Amino acid sequence: METFLFLLFGLAAAGGAVMVVLNQDVVRMAFWLIVSLASTACLFFLLGADFVGAVQLLIYVGGTVVLLIFGVMLTSSGPYLRIKSSPGEVLQAVVVGGLFLGMLVLTVMQVDWDRHESRLQAEYGGGPANDVGYNQQGEGSTVRNIGAALLGARFDADPQHPDRVKPGYLLPFEIISMHLLVVLIGAAYIARAKRKRPDSQSSSS
Amino acid sequence: MMPLLAAATISEQLTELTNSTWGPVLAALIHVALVGAFFGLPAGAFIWAERKVSGRIQDRLGPTRVGGRFGWLQSLADGMKLIQKEDLAPADADKMLFRLAPYIVVIASFAAFMFLPFSDGWTAVSLDVGLFIALAVLSTEVLGVVFAGYASGSKWSLFGGMRETAQMVSYEVPLGLTAVIPVAIAGSLNLQEIAALQSGGFWNWFVFRDPFTMLAFFVFFTVTLASNKRAPFDLAEAESELVAGFLTEYSGMRWSLFFLAEYASMYFVSVLACLLFLGGWWTGIGGLDQAIAENVGGYPARVLGFLVLGVKAGLLVVVQIWVRWTLPRLRIDQVMTTCLKYLVPIACFLFLGSVVWTLFLPGRTAFGLSHRFAPSLGDRVPVLERVDRVAPPTASREEVSESTEAPVQHGEAS
Repeated sequence: METFLFLLFGLAAAGGAVMVVLNQDVVRMAFWLIVSLASTACLFFLLGADFVGAVQLLIYVGGTVVLLIFGVMLTSSGPYLRIKSSPGEVLQAVVVGGLFLGMLVLTVMQVDWDRHESRLQAEYGGGPANDVGYNQQGEGSTVRNIGAALLGARFDADPQHPDRVKPGYLLPFEIISMHLLVVLIGAAYIARAKRKRPDSQSSSS
Repeated sequence: MMPLLAAATISEQLTELTNSTWGPVLAALIHVALVGAFFGLPAGAFIWAERKVSGRIQDRLGPTRVGGRFGWLQSLADGMKLIQKEDLAPADADKMLFRLAPYIVVIASFAAFMFLPFSDGWTAVSLDVGLFIALAVLSTEVLGVVFAGYASGSKWSLFGGMRETAQMVSYEVPLGLTAVIPVAIAGSLNLQEIAALQSGGFWNWFVFRDPFTMLAFFVFFTVTLASNKRAPFDLAEAESELVAGFLTEYSGMRWSLFFLAEYASMYFVSVLACLLFLGGWWTGIGGLDQAIAENVGGYPARVLGFLVLGVKAGLLVVVQIWVRWTLPRLRIDQVMTTCLKYLVPIACFLFLGSVVWTLFLPGRTAFGLSHRFAPSLGDRVPVLERVDRVAPPTASREEVSESTEAPVQHGEAS
């Protein structure tokens, strides 16, 4: 069952991505992008990463794609509605994509999966999904851990050093929040109602 | 076990019964059927209520004939009529997107119901991210509307779609900010836990907790009106300006799918408002809840909770209908001003206020009622025994035993 769902969502994600590349109508591309991104979110749910899946849905499907379509609708005229790639662009894309694929394949090949599997077996006994992500009550428990880790405390012990408390991610969290605050203030500054100065008015008219 | 189907009780029970791997699949089907019923039946009822209430508000009778009295089967008759209509797509439309758009709306609206607890422990998928994921899924509903507006190949529809996007960009921020306030008070994103915390007297409900949460409830309600495209925020449809907005070119079943989704998400946000602010499935009378939990217990108590939640949410839906037929529509710039210029700072202030209140006056409600009537947390109802854990023998063993047997055995086995 899990394999079947994984295949289904994996195929949908990959197929959606292929259709994004093959289509030329921007709005249809956005639709296939939604298919691809939502399937990726479902893959996250299958893995027991409920928080990441929800973020994927909220940020990418609900946020980014809506803004993308909004932009297309506002500017939909002439060359931007249909995208035709020239052969040179296709060649560039193939080279970059091929290099990235090669890197991914190399990375996957270099991981010693058997060792990880045995480590997880030793640590949790019989697969990590039973204890870590989803338990038998069907309650994902990743959120509390993520939240605590972002505030600087990690409850999951390091198997190599069980007596040592691992540091959380308080500094990145604070940097990100400051960054977002700066972005908000900047957006408000740019979008504020500009007072017309008499000299600029005279020069423009 | 399969995580997405992890509704422990039903699936494990079925696995025990059938002795096969089909247990989870059957359980998933049951869950889908139940959630589908919760999705479709209230929507049908509220479509009838909308026609009836709007009729009364406009000094008409509304539907009177179908189904004998009060026209209570009117929605069914509407559905029959709509199924028989021809499924048209305009020549200028982007046919694929035009056909797919209603499904996006319905799927998003339906999927959001998976994460709602309808009573204590009655939820299809119980997650710690419950609220977050429900809002995330609901926000994808906008995409269907935008696609419908774009793909119809009509100016009216395009205007409707663009307005919907502009509106969505403005209401999402205060929606998230006000939904965070109960989360900060409860210390959990799990809708079950947020609602369970509001047991006891109605002064324990988060609306009456402090002045900030009370205002936050009204802000939340206003913003959910916008998220449902309900008047005074129904700019995407705007039947007096844009013919029918994004719906202009739709007919038959696809048109009715949009409406089904709209009424279902009205019910959805009402249930969400009840869970977050209005005490979830608790009656608000501490002694009554306590008595039910102690004397009835288990399954019947949950059914009662389900009914209580349904009544509360239904009343909120009626308020939405009432608002729609009494208030004029805002212009799009007024919507954006309302949401971004006023509601966002208000929501920020309310969030700050409720957090400060929680820090400095812990456990104290606004009117001091809980202090006077219940010196401690004594009027809190104990959380009902979870069905999937080993339940101690209670008076209501007959009712509970069916659902406890399989998990008990499972617990001993593992």
